[in-house]
Amino acid sequence: MPLALITSPHQHAAQTTQRVMQHLLLATVPGLVALTWHFGWGTLINVALASITALGCEAAVVVLRRRPVGFYLRDCSALVTAVLLGLALPPLAPWWIPVVGSAFAIVIAKHLYGGLGYNPFNPAMVGYVVLLISFPVEMTRWLAPASILPDGASLPDLQASLQLVFPLLGNTPIDAFTMATPLDTFKHSQGLLVEQVLAENVWFTQGTWSGAGWEWVNLGFLAGGCYLLLQRVFTWHAPVAMLAGLSLMALLNYDAGSSTSGGPLDLHLLSGATMLGAFFIVTDPVTSAVSHLGRLIYGALVGVLIYIIRIWGNYPDAVAFAVLLMNFAAPFIDYYTLPRTYGHEKRGRATKMKD
Amino acid sequence: MRQTWPLPGGIHPPENKSQSLQRPIAQPPLPPCLVLPLNQHIGTPSVPRVCVGETVLKGQVVADAEGMISAALHAPTSGVIKAIETRPIAHPSGGEDVCIVLESDGEERWIELAARPDYADLAPAEVLALIARAGITGMGGAGFPSATKLQPRHAIDTLIINAAECEPYITADDVLMRERAPGISVGIDILAHVLGQPETILIGIEDNKPEAASALRDALDGSRADLVEIPTRYPSGGEKQLIQILTGKEVPSGGLPADIGIVCQNVGTTHAVFEAVCKGTPLISRITTVTGGACAHAGNFEVLIGTPVEHLLQAAGYDQGICQRLIMGGPMMGFTLADTDVPVVKSTNCLLAADAKESPQNNIPQACIRCGLCAEACPANLLPQQLYWYARARDYDKLAAHNLNDCIECGACAYVCPSEIPLVQYYRAAKGEIRVMQQEKIFSDHARIRFEFHKDRMEKAEREKAAKREQRKKAAEVARSTVGNSQPAPDGTTATDEDSDVVRAALARVQANKSSTEAQLRKLERNLEALDTQLNNAQSRLTEIPESDTGPHGKAAAAIEQIRVKRARVAGELEALKNQAPETPTDTGANAEPAGQDQRAVDKAAEAIARAQQRMAEQQSMSPDDKRRHQRERLEKRLVKARQRLAQAQTDGDENLGAYADAVASLEQKLTALQNTETTAEAIASSGTDTGER
Repeated sequence: MPLALITSPHQHAAQTTQRVMQHLLLATVPGLVALTWHFGWGTLINVALASITALGCEAAVVVLRRRPVGFYLRDCSALVTAVLLGLALPPLAPWWIPVVGSAFAIVIAKHLYGGLGYNPFNPAMVGYVVLLISFPVEMTRWLAPASILPDGASLPDLQASLQLVFPLLGNTPIDAFTMATPLDTFKHSQGLLVEQVLAENVWFTQGTWSGAGWEWVNLGFLAGGCYLLLQRVFTWHAPVAMLAGLSLMALLNYDAGSSTSGGPLDLHLLSGATMLGAFFIVTDPVTSAVSHLGRLIYGALVGVLIYIIRIWGNYPDAVAFAVLLMNFAAPFIDYYTLPRTYGHEKRGRATKMKD
Repeated sequence: MRQTWPLPGGIHPPENKSQSLQRPIAQPPLPPCLVLPLNQHIGTPSVPRVCVGETVLKGQVVADAEGMISAALHAPTSGVIKAIETRPIAHPSGGEDVCIVLESDGEERWIELAARPDYADLAPAEVLALIARAGITGMGGAGFPSATKLQPRHAIDTLIINAAECEPYITADDVLMRERAPGISVGIDILAHVLGQPETILIGIEDNKPEAASALRDALDGSRADLVEIPTRYPSGGEKQLIQILTGKEVPSGGLPADIGIVCQNVGTTHAVFEAVCKGTPLISRITTVTGGACAHAGNFEVLIGTPVEHLLQAAGYDQGICQRLIMGGPMMGFTLADTDVPVVKSTNCLLAADAKESPQNNIPQACIRCGLCAEACPANLLPQQLYWYARARDYDKLAAHNLNDCIECGACAYVCPSEIPLVQYYRAAKGEIRVMQQEKIFSDHARIRFEFHKDRMEKAEREKAAKREQRKKAAEVARSTVGNSQPAPDGTTATDEDSDVVRAALARVQANKSSTEAQLRKLERNLEALDTQLNNAQSRLTEIPESDTGPHGKAAAAIEQIRVKRARVAGELEALKNQAPETPTDTGANAEPAGQDQRAVDKAAEAIARAQQRMAEQQSMSPDDKRRHQRERLEKRLVKARQRLAQAQTDGDENLGAYADAVASLEQKLTALQNTETTAEAIASSGTDTGER
């Protein structure tokens, strides 16, 4: 029997792409639990709908591309996209919201660009932005967390939730539970000093730092992110840089809490999609810069953009836009942030061609 | 404790070293047949110095080093040279190469060895010669000839002994240090002596070899070498990486450690140097680890170079049935063998017969998600994910910009890649393609330069020719104007123009010929003198070379013969030029032959000129009628001559018949014209008008 000729190395570490994705999924659990705890069944339904759609679309496209379906579904990347999208959508959105978003993310943003590893834009964020622009009413109808609902009211139970998501199953009015998010509230309280908003608004009177419920959701994602850092799924550079960029902007523009202030630091860090973005979106390796320095720049600029759009843009939150804009810039950042290679005096530039 | 610098990146794969550390170094039985590839090292293959059928002694040179980067080869045992032929060798490409095949006689008869334990009294160059003669090459894996490495172009201030042995499974250096530390200590001393006692001597050893470190520390007692334990982390044993860990310096890209004053030698090589100098033993054996799940008795063996792998594996209880991969070298950088009949070479530090458990499954690679784990692991600070991307796209400019050439192919990136992409293979392929392209570029550049040079040369020659033509034309004009000015026709007739033109041209020609002939003569004489000197020199050289030295002697003799031939030719030319009696111009007319190149010819030409000038003077003194008559007479004379020549040519069938006929016709025409003029002149003589011929 002739022996096999195989190139070195002849050993391999235990890490696999599938396991990286599974770590990611696992790390979303604290955030998902917090969302469900405070906002009811809606997020779970979103995640489930998005996941089923994503897997179905992935399978369909892979079949169309004449590739082995099992091989591609096993890498769990479609599931990650779907879960991240589902987490970002408003709970109890109509069923077609996660379905359309998820299908667009997988078919258009991922596979039409060549599939896993080739997509220049974060598929979950593309799906989210498509929905936000196309269906602004559904996409901005966030719920109030259970803790600040008026006495006697409660979040819909599973059956009511399903009826809300699938209107064919029955008719339940949703308006009883909806409420502007803390970021939205703040954005539209321009006549008031920061202190007044914090003292008067139920979000902040019921919450500890930056809005009842939301702060726990963000802390949940922060915990998941720390788990991923410990698992060495990604490095600290991009998320820390993003949080630092956002913090820097928030601190510089706080102006002692006047009525035109951009809002306090803890509001920006622990409200909206900040932590989800920092640890689950900005860290997407496919669409971010590659080197350490590149990821620092990429992350910091995402943070700055989030603040700019939150305060001076039309949207109360801005992680998706900021990330997509920086996805554009990632290859450009890569060109100028090559690490200094061993034996070279200084870092090179990828744009420098040999003559 | 000495300061060390951290290795950027790196990985920590399972060490798997204990399997082969259970037993002391063993000797496999003497193989019946040894195969010695001529190219076991980096550089030019050795040149065989034995014939088939020749009996050789153990340690006898069987192949010599060839050129600067090469190594000698010695018989690992006594026996008979059975063949010098191509045999399969251990190489990643699984190819064949020329090998000397030695059949052992089992007697192990040594050649007489010249031990120099007094190396300290020898000059470094002499010790270096001993090392070169022993055929020592780097034993850590690359196999670079050690003698070349030990004569760097720069001053060396640091000698580093590489005892890191960072690859999993391999323990050859470990056991060598455990069992033969004193020899290594002396070897270090010899290396330091050869390198002119560098300021710092460092031994880098990973901290997973405490026994070896303590044995070496004992042996180093009193030596100024500094044993530095470094964290166990692959690939700390890479030359560049070890230098960085121990000194904080980096070898410049594309450069050598010597460029920063460092020489790095493997600990096995150091021991081989000790053996070569202090015992006179050439490099005929080495320690090789034989390990892996398919070897029942894993361990280290002192194996003769050229031992077939099969023979060595049998000594370690190899079971082919469960062997999944047979790897020469370690699991990170070694290459798989297709067959077990290849020989062990000087750089074979390990044979790893891996069973199914030890071999990765070789899954289909998934897409690169640019997770960056590879960049975290890369010890050279490259971006392997980008290199992979550009290697697939064959974007060679981008690969160069991302410093592909600084990749040491350690395999850390592929080891950690979660998508199981064989990254190193992509880099190797891209490097190969770039090498081929560079070769082609060099060839095409050469061709282009050659072509452009040729074009330039042709253009230059053409320009020079044109310039010469221009010069000649100008000279002729100048000559014409001088003659015209000095001797204007007094009566305004133009009838004499023809004659004066001819004279001027002849004058110019003769002048030119005169000078060129003289110059040529002088040149030939100078040539002759130079050749005579050359001949004398060559002959005196010839006497200095002893006739026994056939090669140079023959060459010198041939050179003398060449000079003689050349001299004879030049002398002949000179003689010919001196004696040449070319046809003297018989006439100053249009048919005048070119003047000869001899002095006498020149004199004749001068006479002819004098005659022509005299005639011109006579003509000028004549009356127009006399002049015409005189002219007619001459034309008639020339016509007669031309007719005779034509007749001669017709009878001879001369190829210039047409030219002669033309000349006759032209003369007839001129004569007719002259007669017409005469008639007219006579007719209008009373009116005093004169018309020219033209």
